[in-house]
Amino acid sequence: MANLETSLAGIRSPNPFWLASAPPTNSGYQVQRAFEAGWGGAVWKTLGDPILNVSSRFAATSFNGQAVAGFNNIELITDRPLEVNLREIEETKIKYPNHAIIASLMVEPNQEKWHEIVKMVEAVGVDGLELNFGCPHGMAERGMGAASGQVPELVKQQTAWVKEVAQTPVIVKLTPNITDITFTAKAAVEGGADAVSMINTINSLAGVDLDSWNTVPNVAGKGAHGGYCGPAVKPIALNMVAECARRPDINVPISGMGGVSSWKEAAEFMLMGASNVQVCTAAMHHGFRIVEDMIDGLNNYLDEKQIGSVAELVGKTVPKYSDWGELDLNYRVVAQIDTETCINCNKCHIACEDTSHQCIDMLKDEQGNDFLQVREDDCVGCNLCSIVCPVDGAIEMVEAPRKTGEEPMTWNERQSLVSMMGVK
Amino acid sequence: MATNQSEAWISVEDIKANFTEAHPALKQKDAVDEANRCLYCYDAPCITACPTDIDIPAFIKKIASGNMKGSAVTIMDANPSGASCARVCPTEELCEGACVLNHASTPIMIGDLQRYATDWAIKNEQVLFKKGEDTKQHIAIVGSGPAGLSAARELARFGHRVTIYEASAEAGGLNTYGIVSFRLPKEIPAWEVKQVKDLGVEIKTNTIVGKDISAAELTEQYHAVIIAAGMGKVPTLGIDGEELEGVRDAIEFVKMTKSGKWEENLSGKKVAVIGAGNTAVDAATCSVRLGAENVKMVYRRTEKEMTAYAFEYEFAKQDGIEFKWLSAPAKIEGNSSGEVTGLLVNKMKLEAAGEDGRQKVKAIEGATETLDVDLVIKAIGQERLNPLIEAFEVTHSDGVIQIDETTYATSKTGVYAIGDIIFGKGQGEAMVVSAAQQGKKAAWAIHSELTENAVHSA
Repeated sequence: MANLETSLAGIRSPNPFWLASAPPTNSGYQVQRAFEAGWGGAVWKTLGDPILNVSSRFAATSFNGQAVAGFNNIELITDRPLEVNLREIEETKIKYPNHAIIASLMVEPNQEKWHEIVKMVEAVGVDGLELNFGCPHGMAERGMGAASGQVPELVKQQTAWVKEVAQTPVIVKLTPNITDITFTAKAAVEGGADAVSMINTINSLAGVDLDSWNTVPNVAGKGAHGGYCGPAVKPIALNMVAECARRPDINVPISGMGGVSSWKEAAEFMLMGASNVQVCTAAMHHGFRIVEDMIDGLNNYLDEKQIGSVAELVGKTVPKYSDWGELDLNYRVVAQIDTETCINCNKCHIACEDTSHQCIDMLKDEQGNDFLQVREDDCVGCNLCSIVCPVDGAIEMVEAPRKTGEEPMTWNERQSLVSMMGVK
Repeated sequence: MATNQSEAWISVEDIKANFTEAHPALKQKDAVDEANRCLYCYDAPCITACPTDIDIPAFIKKIASGNMKGSAVTIMDANPSGASCARVCPTEELCEGACVLNHASTPIMIGDLQRYATDWAIKNEQVLFKKGEDTKQHIAIVGSGPAGLSAARELARFGHRVTIYEASAEAGGLNTYGIVSFRLPKEIPAWEVKQVKDLGVEIKTNTIVGKDISAAELTEQYHAVIIAAGMGKVPTLGIDGEELEGVRDAIEFVKMTKSGKWEENLSGKKVAVIGAGNTAVDAATCSVRLGAENVKMVYRRTEKEMTAYAFEYEFAKQDGIEFKWLSAPAKIEGNSSGEVTGLLVNKMKLEAAGEDGRQKVKAIEGATETLDVDLVIKAIGQERLNPLIEAFEVTHSDGVIQIDETTYATSKTGVYAIGDIIFGKGQGEAMVVSAAQQGKKAAWAIHSELTENAVHSA
C-alpha cells in the first residue's frame, strides 16, 4: 500500500485527487459528498462578485459513439451569495479537517477587492487560495479571468496584491489561451505565487446543430464561445505542465489538470511535474464515485513499480522532455509486424501507403494466406501504423541499428559543427 | 412463442404472433455502437466473402456517420435483394465469417447492420435508384425471384425496357413465397419488388411461360431473354400412401403460411417432415408455429450430413423439433377416409464413405418403426423445370441449364439463365445472394452485348 498523501506548497491532502473549481464544487452538499467518495481535496467553485448565469450551459463532443470526448461550458463563477458559500466552506472544513479545501477567487484587478475577499475566505478556514486567471468566457469580457490571465503584468500584480494579505498558500490558475504559458507562469512566480495550476479551459465552440443551424450550446438561438476541457485536451494540458516544469525559473509546485480521467492520466501529469491533479469533466460524466478507481489504480501502479510514495513520481519524466533541437537525428526505430497476432485488417498498409512512407506491403505466403510486411529500409519510424493498428502487440516499433559511422547527434550539435567548419 | 405442445387449441392471434419476424431488429444505439466497432478494414475480407461484393465497411461507416441513405444505397446498389439478404444470408459462412475481428474479439453483426440500414430505407420510403435513358431494347425475364429482379433492376438502370413473366400471383419468387415469414416477412421482398417496378419494369404476374405465352414468342419478341424460373415442386417419394390427403409438399406448405390466411390450424396434430435441408426446417418450424402438438424431422442419414445451415438446425432445436435420424420413409399409412395415420420408417445404418466422401446408408433389414403422425410434409428437394428448359431449346444436364459462368449465356444466342435453374451438378450456388449477383452479371453481359450490337449497326 503506497503512501498517496500529497502536499502542494504545504497544502496537504490524503491523495493527489482534487476536484477542480467547477460545477462539482458548487456547494457544501456536493463537496461533502465528494469527500465521502474519497476525493482528497476540492477547489470551491470560484467566489467573487454576484453574477447571473444563462440557461443551456454545457455541450460535449462525441467521437465514434463515445460521449464526452471533450466538454464545453459557458457557465460563469458561482451564482450563490458569498455568505452562503463561506458558511458552507466553514461547515465542510470542520466536518472534514483532513481534506483540502481551496477557495477559488476572481475579482476585478483591484488591490482592495483582492484584499477583502482573501481575508473573508481565510477567516472561514480554507487551506489555500486559487486565483482564477483562466475562465475564458463571460468573466473575461468584464476584464477578469482569462482577460487578466493573458497579461503577464496583471498576473504578477494581482498575485502580489493577494500575497500582501494571504496567510495560506496562493495557487495561480493559468489560462491556456495564450501563445506561451511560461510567460504567465513566470509572472505568477514573480508576483510571489506559491504554486501554479493549469490548465483552465480552452476557448471553444462545441458544435453547430445541422437542422436548426444553431450553435451548440445556444441560448435562445444565440451562442457564445465557451471553455473546452475533458479527455480531448489532455495532451495540450500535459505539454503546458511539462513546459513549466522544465523551466528552472518557474520553481513552484504545479497542480495539473485538463483531461485527467483515470489514475493513468494522473500518473502522467505527476511524472511530467505536477504535484497533484485536479479533475472535473470525468466527475461530471460519471459522478464522484470514479475517484475510487483513481485511488485504487494509482496505488496498484505504485505497488507494482515498488514505489512507496506517490510524491516520488513527481517530475521523473521532466528531464526526458526537451526541445526538438536536442533530439538524436541518427536514432532509428522501425515497425515490425507480428503476423501471428496480426488480424489482417490492412489499416497499417493503407495508412502508410496513402499518408506516410509507402513501406508496408500486402503479400501472400506460399499457401496463399495474406500477410503484411514492413520494408524496414524504407520505414522512417513514424509510428503511424502502430497507432492505427487495432490489436495490441501486432505492430511493434523496434530500435534499428544505426547506419555505419552514425553516432548520436542532435540538430543543435550538427548546427554548431557546421558553423565551426564554416569558421575554418 | 405460443405453441400447442401442452394446450389443445391455438388461436389465430397466436399463430399470427408466431409468424412475425423472430430475430429482433437492432435498436439505434446497438446499431451505432456496432457500426463504430467496425475497424473499417482496407481491402476488407468481408467484401470478398460477399457474393455481391457489397462494400461492407463503407455501408457500416455510413451508419456510424449518420448517412443512412448513403448506407442503404451502398447495400442495394451491390445487391438488389439487400434487405432480404440481411435476413436470410448465412452470414457466418460469408461476411461475418470473414470478419477479421473473429481473430481478436467477435465479428461485426454485418447482417443485422445491413438490416438496420435497409429497414431505414423501407421505413422512410426512399427512392434509391433511377432508370437509365431509354435504349428501346426490350428484355424478357422469366421469373421474378431474386435472380430475375436483380437482372431487371440492373437492365432498367441501363435504360433497357424489361418485362418479367411471373407464374405466381405476386412477384418476389422464393423471397416472397419460399422463406418463412418469421425469418423474412413478405413486406421486405415486396419493397425490393417495388424498387424494381419504380424503374419502369413491367411484371406480368399469373402468367405462365409455356401456357400463357410460349418460349418461342419470347425469343422472337425480345432482344434478349433471361430464364430465372427457379425450381419446381417437391418430387414424389415413390412410396405407398403418398396420395393421402395429409401428405403435403413443403414448398406449397410454406407458401400457404406466407399467404397470411392461416386456414391451416394444426392444433393437436402430429407432423413428420421428410428431409433435413433448409426447406425441411422451414416446414417443421412452421408446423410448430401453426400449433402442431409434435413435429419430427425424419432423415435417412444423420445430423452430420444434413444440408440445413447450422443456424437453421439450431433454430429448429429451439422450436422443440424432434429428429429421427437414420430413418428412411417406407410407407405412409392411412385410414379408410384417406387420412394419414402414420409413417412407417426403415431404420438405416452408416457404411463406408463413397467416392464423394459422404458415408453411405443402408437399410437394416426388418428394422422398422411406425411413427404416429397425421401430417407428412415432403421436403426432399425440388423438381427441375425440364419442360420449360426444353421449350427454350437450351442445353441442360438433368434440368440444370448449362451456362457460361461469366456471362450466364446459355447455348442459345440471346438467352441467358440465372438463379436456381442453373444450380446443381457443381454449377452455381443455392443462396439468394448468389442469385442476386448472377442477375447483375447477366444484365451486364446483355447490356454489353446490346451496346456493342448498337455500335456495329450504327
